[in-house]
Amino acid sequence: MGIEEKLPAGVLLTSVEQIVGYARRNSLWPATFGLACCAIEMMAVGAGKFDIARFGMETFRASPRQADLMIVAGRVSQKMAPVLRQIYDQMPGPKWVIAMGVCASSGGMFNNYAIVQGVDHVVPVDIYLPGCPPRPEMLLDAILKLHDQIQNTKLGAHRVAEIAQQEVVALATTPLIEMRGALK
Amino acid sequence: MVEIPQVIRAFGTTFLNMFKKPITEQYPEEKHLYPPKPRFHGRHQLNRYADGLEKCIGCELCAWACPADAIYVEGEENTDEERFSPGERFGKVYQINYLRCIMCGLCIEACPTRALTMTNEFELADDERGKLIYEKSDLLAPLLPGMAPAPHSMVEGFTDRDYYSGKVTGATPKQIEEAGN
Repeated sequence: MGIEEKLPAGVLLTSVEQIVGYARRNSLWPATFGLACCAIEMMAVGAGKFDIARFGMETFRASPRQADLMIVAGRVSQKMAPVLRQIYDQMPGPKWVIAMGVCASSGGMFNNYAIVQGVDHVVPVDIYLPGCPPRPEMLLDAILKLHDQIQNTKLGAHRVAEIAQQEVVALATTPLIEMRGALK
Repeated sequence: MVEIPQVIRAFGTTFLNMFKKPITEQYPEEKHLYPPKPRFHGRHQLNRYADGLEKCIGCELCAWACPADAIYVEGEENTDEERFSPGERFGKVYQINYLRCIMCGLCIEACPTRALTMTNEFELADDERGKLIYEKSDLLAPLLPGMAPAPHSMVEGFTDRDYYSGKVTGATPKQIEEAGN
């Protein structure tokens, strides 16, 4: 994003990564994106009993410009998909997405033409959270797993090296169509 | 009687709330204090008989009952050399896609041998779709003391009916030896 991306790889960059990760992890601001029943559980997480303010997330922001985490809570219809993408595009980077509930993650039980079969068709998803709807603790668990991910995000030269490494691994994997396992 | 002014009454409520216990659950730190109810629908579990043989017979009734088509089962015949469950067949491939599963429990109702039940585990979130398709190895119940891992033969002189009626109490030395091999 800024000057930290220009640092040379090494001890300095690793410490900067940790500090940046710590700062980003502890000031996630979620955007309001409740679409269906999962939103009720998401609201419960925001309220007193579960209280995501304990993780520095405070309130849900109604404006995407002030948010860096989108919790897609509920099934995304084909008509909602462009809206979802626009909200995502309006969020300033770095930004993360949690697909909350089975409908947002894969379409769930709505395997039909009206529902997008997983929001990862529209936006890049960082954490998939199963459940229909997931209980508030499950969402907190997903958020904590996302915190871990953010804390260990690489920057600059390290990130470039990581992507190159992933590319090598991806090229070496057997394509799904050639896999012959228990499924024959 | 003199009426207390509205303002003081209102702030009185605020003031009294200062002495109430907070209702917030400290989720990750104190989660043992707030366990889900015993009937909570969490991750599935494939159970075993007391001697370690699997209860699943690969009948696919769970897959048929599933409203979200989240379960995939492939059954295969048991042989005398390689026996995973009492009776004719066992579930060779057993997959549950937790990104489709809505935890409704219809599969549990459909299961004729009580092979499939649900645990209270709910921390399932993950960062990849592939990781959320749970295989048989992820779902099988842990081996308790007195159980020998399948495949091994049935308890001598017992039929599958004896297994269903719960007459098996533990693995015999012969079964443990077979499982060891």
